[in-house]
Amino acid sequence: MSFVPGQPVTAVVQRVEIQKLCQGENLILGFSIGGGIDQDPGQNPFSEDKSDKGIYVTRITPGGPAESAGLKMGDKIMQVNGWDMTMVTHDQARKKLTKKREDVVRLLITRKSLEEAVKHSKGSHPSHLPAQTNARTTKDRVVL
Amino acid sequence: MDNESQYSGYSHKSSHSRSSRKHRDRRERHRSKSRDSSSRGDKSVTIQTPGEPLLDAESTRGDDRDDNWGETTTVVTGTSEHSISNEDLTRVTKDLEESTPLECKRFIGPALGGCLSFFALITPLAFLILPQVLWRDTLDSCRTPCEGLYVSLAFKLLVLLISSWALFLRPPRATLPRFFVFRCLLMVLVFLFVASYWLFYGVRVLGPRERDYRGIVEYAASLVDALLFIQYLALVLLEVRHLQPAFCLKVVRSTDGASKFYRVGHLSIQRAAVWVLDRYYNDFSVYNPAVVNLPKSILSKKMTGFKVYSLDENTTNNSTGQSRAMIAAAARRRDNSHNEYYYEEAEMERRIRKRKARLVVAVEEAFTHIKRLHEDEAAASPKHPREVMDPREAAQAIFAPMARAMQKYLRTTRQQAFHSMESILTHLQFCITHNMTPKAFLERYLTPGPTMQYQQQSGRGRQWTLVSEEPVTSGLRQGLVFSLRRLDFSLVVTVTPLPFLRLGEEFIDPKSHKFVMRLQSETSV
Repeated sequence: MSFVPGQPVTAVVQRVEIQKLCQGENLILGFSIGGGIDQDPGQNPFSEDKSDKGIYVTRITPGGPAESAGLKMGDKIMQVNGWDMTMVTHDQARKKLTKKREDVVRLLITRKSLEEAVKHSKGSHPSHLPAQTNARTTKDRVVL
Repeated sequence: MDNESQYSGYSHKSSHSRSSRKHRDRRERHRSKSRDSSSRGDKSVTIQTPGEPLLDAESTRGDDRDDNWGETTTVVTGTSEHSISNEDLTRVTKDLEESTPLECKRFIGPALGGCLSFFALITPLAFLILPQVLWRDTLDSCRTPCEGLYVSLAFKLLVLLISSWALFLRPPRATLPRFFVFRCLLMVLVFLFVASYWLFYGVRVLGPRERDYRGIVEYAASLVDALLFIQYLALVLLEVRHLQPAFCLKVVRSTDGASKFYRVGHLSIQRAAVWVLDRYYNDFSVYNPAVVNLPKSILSKKMTGFKVYSLDENTTNNSTGQSRAMIAAAARRRDNSHNEYYYEEAEMERRIRKRKARLVVAVEEAFTHIKRLHEDEAAASPKHPREVMDPREAAQAIFAPMARAMQKYLRTTRQQAFHSMESILTHLQFCITHNMTPKAFLERYLTPGPTMQYQQQSGRGRQWTLVSEEPVTSGLRQGLVFSLRRLDFSLVVTVTPLPFLRLGEEFIDPKSHKFVMRLQSETSV
């Protein structure tokens, strides 16, 4: 997940679609985010590279919509509904996730275990990518 | 263990429960018949006569009793009054050495310099007076310019006189082994200078009986100007040049490793040696020959190895081989002397601390027994007449209870050779007079002070030998090593130049100090 500034980023991402839950007059997703280009990247416990200023999932509410969608703690969010999340401030990321008009957010997230799974599968079957049985999630290689 | 009762009856005699009867009898015989006992109720005070050391000769070795002594040492039966120990002998030889007849060599240099400067100061006056005396009537009179010159001449001579007195008229601190190059140079310069002036004066003025008096006065004034400049040169060469530090000297004492670092300027080796010795007497703790190396009980076990006998005809070939074999064998043997050293050190430290605690308590208690009498108190209490004492008597009164603790402490720290009973009494009297606390009184005994503290003021001076591979008038330079030797120890001095400092500059705009908070927020969505 480390990157060189100015060069295109390559990552193995997973698509996660979360339905927002209506709680009173708020629509919540059930997780917390941390990080951003205006934050201190050294304090991030989930990032491999301590200069990574991306948005990370820091907490998942148990039983919430994010958990049932398959989001895990420590995931880095690359895109939200098509909006890039790798170079945003913390407040911009929050705004993109909590738009009142949308009740579904489609995230592209990446985590370390995805890379390893792809490497592992590429190593054993060089030409065969694993097919996912889960209807909602697909593993794609994305170039941002 | 010590089972002393605290100051029972303040009697000096009764508290020696540990020492043997033989020692005590001998001590009694040494004590002189005159005793000073003051009548103060039932407290009896016995004082030894001043001048005797606190411990007499035989009891100095009491604490390192070696159980094997009977086999190898010769026994000195000290039943006579004239027995003398090794320490007494060294003390006597030291006294003899200090009382050598006054060396006249010490005063030759200053005397010569004094004569020369007197001669130089008299010369201008002579230049002025001689024509007046010899051919007064044929001289041209000169009024105003000459008077101005007289005044300036007088003041310049006064300045020369005062500055010579301030700078050069000091008793010499040291005699150097070779000539002091700068001083010799300056004396030669002054001599040549004044001699050449006299030469010209004799040829041009005295010979043809010069009539222009103003010229003569100007001539004398120019001499005085030049003398002032020579004095400036002397000031710079002798006093100022060596002030800027250029070298770092490391001084190590050869017997116990006490070391200090000093910064010094450009000096010759002999002057640097004098400089170092000046500071040695103030900075280094006094050399105590009793506290030197590992006690013999630990080292001797190492030495009792096995002996190698050679049965060959020619032993010279095998000697190095033998010694190497012995050393290797000794190294391979399992050797516990470090263990013993460790425990002995710990034991010694514990003992010193115990004795020190006893001493401090004894002194504190003793000091509570007297207090200073104020003027108004003496008149205002007629119904409790107390005996009024002067400091000496007060010191003697309170010395007895602390004497034993002091003696034991000094013996444990091996300082008993430096402090006689008389000196302790004098110090106690001094402390009482100046209202010092017990802690201030004890400061002198708890830490070994600099050598200056133990010097007796004798006019003979101390003899040191400068040992050096280079000629001692050459200047200091890097890597030079010389040593200053005395009878039983020496100071080794190593010279290193001070590093050259390259100082750079970095300008910081005062407005450039800005800070931000480190953010890490977590938002739940």
